[in-house]
Amino acid sequence: MNSAPQVPATSLGEPNATAIAFFFVFIAATLAITWWAARKTKTTEEYFAAGRSISGRQNGFALAGDYMSAASFLGIAGLVSQSGFDGLIYSTGWLVGWPVVLFLIAEPLRNLGKYTFADVVSFRLKQTPVRVSAAIGTLAVVTFYLIAQMVGAGNLIALMFGLTYETAVVIVGIVMLAYVLFGGMIATTWVQIVKAVLLLGGAALLTFLTLAQFNFSPAELFSKAAETYGTAVLAPGKQVANPWDAISLGLALMFGTAGLPHILMRFYTVPDAKAARQSVFWATGLIGSFYLMTFILGFGAMVIVGQEAITAVDKGGNMAAPLLAEALGGTSLLGFIAAVAFATILAVVAGLTLSGAAALSHDLWVSVYRKGDAPREEQLRVARMATIALGIVAILLGILFKGQNVAFMVGLAFAVAASGNFPALVLSIFWRNFTTGGAVASIIVGTAASLLLIAASPTIMVDLLGAEAAWFPLKNPALVTIPLGFAAGILVSLLAPEKSAQDAYDAKERRMIMGAD
Amino acid sequence: MHHEIQALARARWRIAIALSIAVFVLYFGFIFAVAFAKETIAQQVIPGVSLGIILGALVIVGAWLSTWIYVSWANRHFDERLSALTKGEQK
Repeated sequence: MNSAPQVPATSLGEPNATAIAFFFVFIAATLAITWWAARKTKTTEEYFAAGRSISGRQNGFALAGDYMSAASFLGIAGLVSQSGFDGLIYSTGWLVGWPVVLFLIAEPLRNLGKYTFADVVSFRLKQTPVRVSAAIGTLAVVTFYLIAQMVGAGNLIALMFGLTYETAVVIVGIVMLAYVLFGGMIATTWVQIVKAVLLLGGAALLTFLTLAQFNFSPAELFSKAAETYGTAVLAPGKQVANPWDAISLGLALMFGTAGLPHILMRFYTVPDAKAARQSVFWATGLIGSFYLMTFILGFGAMVIVGQEAITAVDKGGNMAAPLLAEALGGTSLLGFIAAVAFATILAVVAGLTLSGAAALSHDLWVSVYRKGDAPREEQLRVARMATIALGIVAILLGILFKGQNVAFMVGLAFAVAASGNFPALVLSIFWRNFTTGGAVASIIVGTAASLLLIAASPTIMVDLLGAEAAWFPLKNPALVTIPLGFAAGILVSLLAPEKSAQDAYDAKERRMIMGAD
Repeated sequence: MHHEIQALARARWRIAIALSIAVFVLYFGFIFAVAFAKETIAQQVIPGVSLGIILGALVIVGAWLSTWIYVSWANRHFDERLSALTKGEQK
């Protein structure tokens, strides 16, 4: 296995007995969990919030499982393997959103809401306009994120298991739908926990095996990389070619995490604010150590597999981690890592689908259409129908966007989350004079501005449509759109004060601190 | 009664804002350094380990430490004042 690293001899993409075995064990285990969860899922509270029975530590693992996507595992390891240090700039951005979630959002959210972040924004405001706008913000984020995940799933699984793209997308869609439809949040939570353990365990094993070849010294590994590929791999490169791009993306990542509906929804699964707080501490530690390991893995792949061998298999470098696994542990380790990547995709897609279904059924059907008064059986039935609809939409979107470069979709999801959802959430929690009009304006302006500026960005106009120059210079619009989202919310609230909302703030503040009981 | 809840809300708000600013400065300090001081960042502190790698790892560890600081503050001081408030109300 230490033979000439430049030979791209790999069994990647060929039917791999270990991969298939691990894959079936994972599917069997998670479907058993789903069967168990389905028997416990009888009310909407269980379907959307796991009966508030998840502990802080369990929720920390589930949050990590909900957040760490295959894109971050395979993509960041690939980015590091190709450009070294630049990958670390990217990883730090994906982590710094979590303290913001903890300090500003997690506890008030848990104490004020039931299933969705719209519960918090619409508290003391007029239900219909706020819920409709929040559902738009939620569905926009969920859709863009789902497209990125489904297309990534199709490509990765086709590459790793040798299936066709469409088969891969349909399998992901159907298995995910089985979890969410029957097992609701309880099954989704446990699938996410199992996935987080597998992903972290797999990454730790690979890190150990990599460092074992370098006397357990990361410095020796980095030195070896610099020897072969030049000291540029230890220094900032293309990622910060335009500093304003790096800053704008950084803002989207830092404040976007606190506006991701599928992440926020997880805080309703714990019994109280204390557990919500503890879960972020766990999630941050788990995700942070995952990114540190990914950095080692990227360098390991660069040195042990070789940059050319990685790009020979996949131009984007996405196969760096699986190829490293094969170089270190043969086809059985490759099979294990491939199965872990598959599990990773399923867990993220399940969380996204459930949060989209909550917006459709809890915000739009029950709160807006039924004015908050729907029989319990009907609530659960509508929740399940919304889940099926979203599952089908996810499969169709995956097939529709086949072959498209969808990397920008995740950036778009974060931009909308940071500019549309986050300002409304923060203002509603902390500002007495926030109004219904302010909430609607903040969400709509933040979301619409993100969409328009991304459409006018170099990513779409130059890279995708082939124009000479873009109307808007930044790849991610958050630098402009986050302030816009806040400004819209503040200005509209100041121009048309809402007395009833101001009067109700004391009650909201009380519940935010003391909880609902 | 309500002014005590307000005082507690403000205490939490102060810690939350202070720590948010700390993480913001930590992260964007790193991004600005990487973007505008590339030569310094590229210097190797020990062979193979550039200043940038150390700072990047510190941002990750620092972000996690900030959550630890908040949680230990909240578990100790916030929860204590909260349970005192709850008991006071029940009397």
